[in-house]
Amino acid sequence: MALTEIFVLIRKEMQLEWRNKYAIHGLVLYLAATIFICYLSFKAKQQSIHPIMWNTLFWIILLFSAVNAVGKSFTQESANRNIFYYTFAKPESVIFSKIIYNTLVMLGVSFIGIFFYSWVMGNPVGNMPLYLISLVLGAIGFASTLSLVAGIAAQGENSATLMAVMSFPLIIPLLLLLLKLSKSAMDGISLSENWDEIAILGALDIIVIVFSGILFPYIWKH
Amino acid sequence: METLKRQYWKILSIILLIYTVYAGFNGQVPRQPILNETIRNLYFHVTMWFTMIFLLGTSVYHSIQYLRKSDLKSDLISSTYVEVGMVFAVLGLITGSVWAKFTWGDWWTNDPKLNSVAIGLLIYLAYSLVRSSMPDEMQKARISSVYNIFAFVIFMVLIWILPRMTDSLHPGNGGNPAFSKMDLDNRMRLVFYPAIIGWTLLGFWIAQIRIRIKNLEQQNES
Repeated sequence: MALTEIFVLIRKEMQLEWRNKYAIHGLVLYLAATIFICYLSFKAKQQSIHPIMWNTLFWIILLFSAVNAVGKSFTQESANRNIFYYTFAKPESVIFSKIIYNTLVMLGVSFIGIFFYSWVMGNPVGNMPLYLISLVLGAIGFASTLSLVAGIAAQGENSATLMAVMSFPLIIPLLLLLLKLSKSAMDGISLSENWDEIAILGALDIIVIVFSGILFPYIWKH
Repeated sequence: METLKRQYWKILSIILLIYTVYAGFNGQVPRQPILNETIRNLYFHVTMWFTMIFLLGTSVYHSIQYLRKSDLKSDLISSTYVEVGMVFAVLGLITGSVWAKFTWGDWWTNDPKLNSVAIGLLIYLAYSLVRSSMPDEMQKARISSVYNIFAFVIFMVLIWILPRMTDSLHPGNGGNPAFSKMDLDNRMRLVFYPAIIGWTLLGFWIAQIRIRIKNLEQQNES
Protein backbone atom coordinates (compact mmCIF):
# COMPACT_ATOMS: atom_id res chain seq x y z
CA MET A 1 0.00 0.00 0.00
CA ALA A 2 2.54 2.54 1.18
CA LEU A 3 5.12 1.12 -1.21
CA THR A 4 2.88 1.58 -4.25
CA GLU A 5 2.20 5.13 -3.06
CA ILE A 6 5.93 5.86 -2.89
CA PHE A 7 6.37 4.28 -6.31
CA VAL A 8 3.61 6.39 -7.83
CA LEU A 9 5.08 9.56 -6.34
CA ILE A 10 8.56 8.74 -7.67
CA ARG A 11 7.07 8.14 -11.11
CA LYS A 12 5.31 11.49 -10.86
CA GLU A 13 8.63 13.20 -10.03
CA MET A 14 10.30 11.57 -13.01
CA GLN A 15 7.51 12.49 -15.39
CA LEU A 16 7.55 16.08 -14.18
CA GLU A 17 11.31 16.21 -14.68
CA TRP A 18 10.98 14.63 -18.11
CA ARG A 19 8.32 17.11 -19.25
CA ASN A 20 10.27 20.21 -18.44
CA LYS A 21 13.75 19.00 -19.12
CA TYR A 22 15.34 22.36 -18.42
CA ALA A 23 15.78 21.51 -14.73
CA ILE A 24 17.88 18.42 -15.27
CA HIS A 25 19.71 20.00 -18.21
CA GLY A 26 20.40 23.02 -16.05
CA LEU A 27 21.85 20.80 -13.36
CA VAL A 28 24.20 19.00 -15.74
CA LEU A 29 25.24 22.29 -17.28
CA TYR A 30 25.84 23.73 -13.81
CA LEU A 31 28.03 20.76 -12.99
CA ALA A 32 29.97 20.96 -16.23
CA ALA A 33 30.48 24.71 -15.96
CA THR A 34 31.70 24.47 -12.36
CA ILE A 35 34.12 21.69 -13.18
CA PHE A 36 35.44 23.61 -16.12
CA ILE A 37 35.90 26.75 -14.00
CA CYS A 38 37.86 24.63 -11.52
CA TYR A 39 39.95 23.28 -14.36
CA LEU A 40 40.69 26.76 -15.67
CA SER A 41 41.54 28.19 -12.27
CA PHE A 42 43.58 25.30 -10.87
CA LYS A 43 44.83 22.80 -13.40
CA ALA A 44 45.34 25.04 -16.41
CA LYS A 45 47.27 27.64 -14.42
CA GLN A 46 49.56 25.42 -12.37
CA GLN A 47 49.79 22.30 -14.54
CA SER A 48 49.13 20.08 -11.55
CA ILE A 49 46.82 19.76 -8.62
CA HIS A 50 47.52 18.21 -5.25
CA PRO A 51 45.51 14.97 -4.77
CA ILE A 52 43.98 16.20 -1.49
CA MET A 53 42.84 19.38 -3.21
CA TRP A 54 41.53 17.34 -6.15
CA ASN A 55 39.36 15.35 -3.75
CA THR A 56 38.14 18.28 -1.64
CA LEU A 57 37.31 20.34 -4.71
CA PHE A 58 35.24 17.52 -6.16
CA TRP A 59 33.21 17.10 -2.98
CA ILE A 60 32.59 20.83 -2.75
CA ILE A 61 31.35 20.82 -6.34
CA LEU A 62 29.05 17.91 -5.49
CA LEU A 63 27.83 19.68 -2.34
CA PHE A 64 26.85 22.82 -4.24
CA SER A 65 25.21 20.80 -7.00
CA ALA A 66 23.30 18.84 -4.36
CA VAL A 67 22.05 21.97 -2.60
CA ASN A 68 20.89 23.28 -5.98
CA ALA A 69 19.32 20.03 -7.11
CA VAL A 70 17.56 19.10 -3.88
CA GLY A 71 16.73 22.67 -2.84
CA LYS A 72 14.00 22.96 -5.42
CA SER A 73 12.28 19.72 -4.29
CA PHE A 74 9.44 21.46 -2.54
CA THR A 75 9.45 24.86 -4.19
CA GLN A 76 9.18 23.89 -7.85
CA GLU A 77 5.57 22.86 -7.47
CA SER A 78 2.93 25.35 -6.43
CA ALA A 79 1.51 25.40 -2.93
CA ASN A 80 -1.87 24.37 -4.28
CA ARG A 81 -0.41 21.27 -5.86
CA ASN A 82 1.26 20.38 -2.55
CA ILE A 83 -2.11 20.64 -0.81
CA PHE A 84 -3.47 18.28 -3.45
CA TYR A 85 -0.76 15.72 -2.65
CA TYR A 86 -1.48 16.24 1.03
CA THR A 87 -5.04 15.11 0.53
CA PHE A 88 -4.24 11.69 -0.90
CA ALA A 89 -0.66 10.74 0.06
CA LYS A 90 0.80 9.95 3.45
CA PRO A 91 3.56 12.38 4.45
CA GLU A 92 5.99 9.49 4.96
CA SER A 93 5.42 8.43 1.37
CA VAL A 94 6.07 11.98 0.19
CA ILE A 95 9.39 12.34 1.99
CA PHE A 96 10.60 8.83 1.12
CA SER A 97 9.71 9.34 -2.52
CA LYS A 98 11.59 12.64 -2.50
CA ILE A 99 14.60 11.00 -0.82
CA ILE A 100 14.67 8.10 -3.28
CA TYR A 101 14.18 10.37 -6.26
CA ASN A 102 16.84 12.83 -5.07
CA THR A 103 19.21 9.93 -4.41
CA LEU A 104 18.78 8.84 -8.01
CA VAL A 105 19.43 12.40 -9.20
CA MET A 106 22.51 12.67 -6.96
CA LEU A 107 23.83 9.31 -8.18
CA GLY A 108 23.51 10.62 -11.72
CA VAL A 109 25.20 13.88 -10.80
CA SER A 110 28.02 12.07 -8.96
CA PHE A 111 28.78 9.67 -11.80
CA ILE A 112 28.52 12.27 -14.56
CA GLY A 113 30.57 14.55 -12.33
CA ILE A 114 33.38 12.07 -11.62
CA PHE A 115 33.56 11.18 -15.33
CA PHE A 116 33.80 14.77 -16.46
CA TYR A 117 36.03 15.77 -13.57
CA SER A 118 38.51 12.94 -14.26
CA TRP A 119 38.48 13.85 -17.91
CA VAL A 120 39.70 17.42 -17.44
CA MET A 121 41.44 17.25 -14.06
CA GLY A 122 43.08 13.83 -14.27
CA ASN A 123 42.35 10.96 -11.94
CA PRO A 124 44.78 10.30 -9.08
CA VAL A 125 42.45 7.82 -7.31
CA GLY A 126 44.21 4.64 -6.19
CA ASN A 127 41.20 2.51 -5.36
CA MET A 128 38.38 3.41 -7.74
CA PRO A 129 35.74 0.91 -6.48
CA LEU A 130 36.08 2.31 -2.95
CA TYR A 131 35.81 5.86 -4.31
CA LEU A 132 32.60 4.88 -6.09
CA ILE A 133 31.26 3.43 -2.82
CA SER A 134 31.93 6.74 -1.12
CA LEU A 135 30.10 8.49 -3.98
CA VAL A 136 27.06 6.24 -3.50
CA LEU A 137 27.02 6.76 0.28
CA GLY A 138 27.46 10.48 -0.32
CA ALA A 139 24.57 10.59 -2.78
CA ILE A 140 22.25 8.89 -0.28
CA GLY A 141 23.42 11.12 2.57
CA PHE A 142 23.17 14.38 0.62
CA ALA A 143 19.75 13.48 -0.76
CA SER A 144 18.27 12.46 2.59
CA THR A 145 19.68 15.32 4.68
CA LEU A 146 18.88 17.97 2.11
CA SER A 147 15.37 16.67 1.37
CA LEU A 148 14.26 17.32 4.95
CA VAL A 149 16.07 20.67 5.03
CA ALA A 150 14.41 21.64 1.73
CA GLY A 151 11.05 20.76 3.29
CA ILE A 152 11.81 23.05 6.22
CA ALA A 153 13.18 25.84 4.03
CA ALA A 154 10.13 25.76 1.73
CA GLN A 155 8.01 26.83 4.71
CA GLY A 156 9.98 30.03 5.24
CA GLU A 157 9.77 33.24 3.29
CA ASN A 158 13.24 33.42 1.80
CA SER A 159 13.72 29.76 1.10
CA ALA A 160 16.93 29.95 -0.98
CA THR A 161 18.87 31.70 1.80
CA LEU A 162 17.34 29.47 4.47
CA MET A 163 18.29 26.40 2.47
CA ALA A 164 21.94 27.46 2.26
CA VAL A 165 22.22 28.58 5.88
CA MET A 166 20.61 25.43 7.29
CA SER A 167 22.09 22.83 4.99
CA PHE A 168 25.78 23.74 5.12
CA PRO A 169 26.34 23.28 8.88
CA LEU A 170 24.08 20.22 8.96
CA ILE A 171 25.89 18.55 6.09
CA ILE A 172 29.40 19.04 7.52
CA PRO A 173 29.56 15.83 9.63
CA LEU A 174 28.59 13.84 6.55
CA LEU A 175 31.04 15.76 4.38
CA LEU A 176 33.93 15.21 6.82
CA LEU A 177 33.26 11.47 6.96
CA LEU A 178 33.04 11.35 3.15
CA LEU A 179 36.30 13.25 2.76
CA LYS A 180 37.98 10.79 5.11
CA LEU A 181 36.69 7.74 3.26
CA SER A 182 37.44 9.12 -0.19
CA LYS A 183 40.91 10.15 0.98
CA SER A 184 41.58 6.49 1.87
CA ALA A 185 40.28 5.56 -1.57
CA MET A 186 42.68 8.02 -3.17
CA ASP A 187 45.61 6.54 -1.26
CA GLY A 188 44.62 3.15 -2.63
CA ILE A 189 43.85 1.61 0.74
CA SER A 190 41.88 -1.60 0.34
CA LEU A 191 38.19 -1.94 1.02
CA SER A 192 38.67 -4.30 3.97
CA GLU A 193 40.56 -1.65 5.96
CA ASN A 194 37.76 0.86 5.58
CA TRP A 195 34.77 -1.06 6.88
CA ASP A 196 34.62 1.16 9.97
CA GLU A 197 34.24 4.34 7.93
CA ILE A 198 31.74 2.74 5.59
CA ALA A 199 29.71 1.43 8.52
CA ILE A 200 29.65 4.83 10.24
CA LEU A 201 28.64 6.57 7.01
CA GLY A 202 25.93 3.99 6.38
CA ALA A 203 24.69 4.39 9.96
CA LEU A 204 24.59 8.18 9.58
CA ASP A 205 22.61 7.82 6.33
CA ILE A 206 20.13 5.51 8.05
CA ILE A 207 19.78 7.81 11.09
CA VAL A 208 19.04 10.76 8.82
CA ILE A 209 16.50 8.81 6.76
CA VAL A 210 14.72 7.51 9.87
CA PHE A 211 14.53 10.98 11.43
CA SER A 212 13.28 12.44 8.14
CA GLY A 213 10.48 9.88 8.20
CA ILE A 214 9.60 10.74 11.80
CA LEU A 215 9.86 14.53 11.52
CA PHE A 216 8.56 15.27 8.05
CA PRO A 217 4.86 14.65 8.87
CA TYR A 218 5.03 17.62 11.26
CA ILE A 219 6.25 20.07 8.63
CA TRP A 220 3.90 18.68 6.02
CA LYS A 221 0.65 19.59 7.79
CA HIS A 222 -0.13 23.21 7.04
CA MET B 1 8.21 27.45 53.55
CA GLU B 2 6.55 26.03 50.48
CA THR B 3 8.53 28.30 48.16
CA LEU B 4 11.72 27.43 50.01
CA LYS B 5 11.11 23.75 49.32
CA ARG B 6 10.92 24.38 45.61
CA GLN B 7 14.00 26.57 45.62
CA TYR B 8 16.38 24.22 47.44
CA TRP B 9 18.16 23.23 44.22
CA LYS B 10 19.14 26.84 43.61
CA ILE B 11 20.79 26.97 47.03
CA LEU B 12 22.45 23.66 46.22
CA SER B 13 23.75 25.19 42.98
CA ILE B 14 25.23 28.18 44.82
CA ILE B 15 26.87 25.98 47.47
CA LEU B 16 28.30 23.61 44.87
CA LEU B 17 29.66 26.47 42.78
CA ILE B 18 31.29 28.17 45.76
CA TYR B 19 32.81 24.81 46.63
CA THR B 20 33.91 24.36 42.99
CA VAL B 21 35.63 27.73 42.85
CA TYR B 22 37.26 27.32 46.27
CA ALA B 23 38.37 23.69 45.89
CA GLY B 24 39.04 24.19 42.22
CA PHE B 25 41.69 26.79 42.84
CA ASN B 26 43.06 25.50 46.13
CA GLY B 27 42.67 21.72 45.93
CA GLN B 28 45.48 19.31 45.25
CA VAL B 29 45.90 18.35 41.62
CA PRO B 30 48.25 15.81 40.05
CA ARG B 31 51.29 17.21 38.25
CA GLN B 32 51.06 16.42 34.55
CA PRO B 33 53.49 17.33 31.81
CA ILE B 34 52.23 20.16 29.56
CA LEU B 35 49.07 20.59 31.66
CA ASN B 36 50.60 21.56 35.02
CA GLU B 37 48.27 23.86 36.94
CA THR B 38 46.01 24.41 33.95
CA ILE B 39 44.49 21.02 34.72
CA ARG B 40 42.15 22.98 36.99
CA ASN B 41 40.39 24.17 33.87
CA LEU B 42 38.64 20.79 33.97
CA TYR B 43 36.24 22.28 36.51
CA PHE B 44 35.47 25.39 34.48
CA HIS B 45 35.78 24.33 30.85
CA VAL B 46 34.71 20.71 30.52
CA THR B 47 31.71 21.36 32.78
CA MET B 48 30.45 24.00 30.32
CA TRP B 49 30.06 21.33 27.64
CA PHE B 50 28.23 19.04 30.03
CA THR B 51 25.84 21.86 30.91
CA MET B 52 25.36 22.76 27.26
CA ILE B 53 24.47 19.17 26.33
CA PHE B 54 22.01 18.88 29.23
CA LEU B 55 20.37 22.18 28.26
CA LEU B 56 20.14 21.28 24.57
CA GLY B 57 18.80 17.85 25.48
CA THR B 58 16.07 19.45 27.61
CA SER B 59 15.29 21.76 24.72
CA VAL B 60 14.83 18.76 22.42
CA TYR B 61 12.52 17.17 25.01
CA HIS B 62 10.32 20.28 24.97
CA SER B 63 10.41 20.38 21.15
CA ILE B 64 9.06 16.83 21.12
CA GLN B 65 6.40 17.90 23.63
CA TYR B 66 5.44 20.76 21.30
CA LEU B 67 5.09 18.43 18.32
CA ARG B 68 2.89 16.12 20.40
CA LYS B 69 0.63 18.70 22.03
CA SER B 70 0.99 21.92 19.96
CA ASP B 71 1.27 24.00 23.11
CA LEU B 72 3.11 27.25 22.37
CA LYS B 73 4.50 27.27 25.94
CA SER B 74 6.65 24.22 25.10
CA ASP B 75 8.10 26.06 22.13
CA LEU B 76 8.97 29.07 24.26
CA ILE B 77 10.68 26.82 26.82
CA SER B 78 12.50 24.89 24.11
CA SER B 79 13.86 28.00 22.38
CA THR B 80 14.98 29.47 25.71
CA TYR B 81 16.95 26.33 26.56
CA VAL B 82 18.68 26.60 23.19
CA GLU B 83 19.60 30.24 23.93
CA VAL B 84 21.05 29.44 27.34
CA GLY B 85 22.79 26.37 25.93
CA MET B 86 24.49 28.62 23.39
CA VAL B 87 25.62 30.98 26.16
CA PHE B 88 27.34 28.01 27.79
CA ALA B 89 28.82 26.96 24.44
CA VAL B 90 30.36 30.42 24.06
CA LEU B 91 31.65 30.27 27.65
CA GLY B 92 33.14 26.85 26.89
CA LEU B 93 34.84 28.25 23.81
CA ILE B 94 36.25 31.22 25.76
CA THR B 95 37.56 29.14 28.69
CA GLY B 96 38.97 26.67 26.20
CA SER B 97 40.60 29.40 24.15
CA VAL B 98 42.33 30.93 27.18
CA TRP B 99 43.49 27.49 28.24
CA ALA B 100 44.74 26.67 24.74
CA LYS B 101 46.82 29.85 24.72
CA PHE B 102 48.77 28.61 27.75
CA THR B 103 49.10 24.94 26.83
CA TRP B 104 49.13 24.80 23.04
CA GLY B 105 50.41 28.33 22.51
CA ASP B 106 47.57 29.61 20.37
CA TRP B 107 44.10 31.02 20.86
CA TRP B 108 42.63 28.85 18.16
CA THR B 109 44.13 25.61 16.93
CA ASN B 110 43.07 23.27 14.20
CA ASP B 111 41.53 20.64 16.42
CA PRO B 112 38.53 18.45 15.52
CA LYS B 113 36.75 19.26 18.78
CA LEU B 114 37.12 23.01 18.29
CA ASN B 115 35.95 22.78 14.73
CA SER B 116 32.98 20.63 15.73
CA VAL B 117 31.87 23.17 18.30
CA ALA B 118 32.25 26.01 15.82
CA ILE B 119 30.04 24.10 13.39
CA GLY B 120 27.61 23.47 16.24
CA LEU B 121 27.35 27.20 16.84
CA LEU B 122 26.61 27.69 13.14
CA ILE B 123 23.88 25.03 13.31
CA TYR B 124 22.18 26.80 16.20
CA LEU B 125 22.64 30.27 14.66
CA ALA B 126 20.72 28.86 11.70
CA TYR B 127 18.07 27.80 14.25
CA SER B 128 17.56 31.41 15.32
CA LEU B 129 17.49 32.47 11.67
CA VAL B 130 14.78 29.90 10.95
CA ARG B 131 12.78 31.24 13.86
CA SER B 132 13.04 34.83 12.73
CA SER B 133 12.09 33.99 9.14
CA MET B 134 8.66 32.61 10.05
CA PRO B 135 5.98 35.23 10.57
CA ASP B 136 3.30 32.88 11.89
CA GLU B 137 3.64 31.79 15.54
CA MET B 138 2.37 28.24 15.14
CA GLN B 139 4.34 27.67 11.99
CA LYS B 140 7.48 29.07 13.60
CA ALA B 141 7.06 26.78 16.59
CA ARG B 142 6.43 23.69 14.49
CA ILE B 143 9.24 24.21 12.00
CA SER B 144 11.81 25.23 14.58
CA SER B 145 10.90 22.22 16.75
CA VAL B 146 11.51 19.91 13.82
CA TYR B 147 14.77 21.65 13.01
CA ASN B 148 15.86 21.56 16.65
CA ILE B 149 15.40 17.79 16.93
CA PHE B 150 17.18 17.16 13.64
CA ALA B 151 20.00 19.55 14.52
CA PHE B 152 20.52 17.90 17.91
CA VAL B 153 20.91 14.48 16.29
CA ILE B 154 23.47 15.81 13.81
CA PHE B 155 25.23 17.76 16.56
CA MET B 156 25.58 14.62 18.68
CA VAL B 157 27.15 12.80 15.73
CA LEU B 158 29.44 15.77 15.32
CA ILE B 159 30.75 15.95 18.87
CA TRP B 160 30.66 12.28 19.92
CA ILE B 161 31.64 10.32 16.82
CA LEU B 162 33.77 12.54 14.60
CA PRO B 163 36.43 13.65 17.14
CA ARG B 164 37.00 10.00 18.02
CA MET B 165 37.93 9.20 14.44
CA THR B 166 40.84 11.60 14.25
CA ASP B 167 43.61 12.52 16.63
CA SER B 168 42.89 15.52 18.77
CA LEU B 169 45.20 17.79 20.70
CA HIS B 170 42.86 17.51 23.64
CA PRO B 171 44.06 15.82 26.80
CA GLY B 172 43.21 12.15 26.54
CA ASN B 173 43.49 12.03 22.74
CA GLY B 174 46.47 11.11 20.63
CA GLY B 175 48.74 10.23 23.54
CA ASN B 176 48.36 13.50 25.42
CA PRO B 177 48.29 13.44 29.20
CA ALA B 178 44.72 13.30 30.30
CA PHE B 179 42.05 12.98 32.89
CA SER B 180 41.47 9.38 31.93
CA LYS B 181 40.86 6.64 34.47
CA MET B 182 44.49 6.54 35.47
CA ASP B 183 45.18 10.24 35.60
CA LEU B 184 41.95 11.68 36.92
CA ASP B 185 42.58 10.85 40.53
CA ASN B 186 40.00 10.84 43.25
CA ARG B 187 40.90 14.26 44.58
CA MET B 188 39.89 15.74 41.23
CA ARG B 189 36.72 13.69 40.98
CA LEU B 190 35.63 15.15 44.31
CA VAL B 191 35.55 18.56 42.68
CA PHE B 192 34.73 17.60 39.10
CA TYR B 193 31.42 15.81 39.70
CA PRO B 194 29.99 18.45 42.06
CA ALA B 195 31.14 21.07 39.53
CA ILE B 196 29.13 19.40 36.74
CA ILE B 197 26.02 19.35 38.94
CA GLY B 198 26.56 22.93 40.10
CA TRP B 199 27.02 24.41 36.65
CA THR B 200 24.15 22.39 35.22
CA LEU B 201 21.80 23.60 37.96
CA LEU B 202 22.96 27.15 37.30
CA GLY B 203 22.17 26.71 33.61
CA PHE B 204 18.65 25.50 34.37
CA TRP B 205 18.18 28.34 36.84
CA ILE B 206 19.13 30.95 34.23
CA ALA B 207 16.84 29.26 31.70
CA GLN B 208 13.92 29.31 34.15
CA ILE B 209 14.37 33.02 34.82
CA ARG B 210 14.47 33.69 31.06
CA ILE B 211 11.30 31.66 30.57
CA ARG B 212 9.53 33.59 33.32
CA ILE B 213 10.60 36.92 31.80
CA LYS B 214 9.34 35.85 28.38
CA ASN B 215 6.04 34.66 29.83
CA LEU B 216 5.54 38.00 31.58
CA GLU B 217 6.39 39.86 28.38
CA GLN B 218 3.77 37.86 26.51
CA GLN B 219 1.19 38.54 29.20
CA ASN B 220 1.95 42.25 29.02
CA GLU B 221 1.45 42.25 25.26
CA SER B 222 -1.89 40.51 25.38
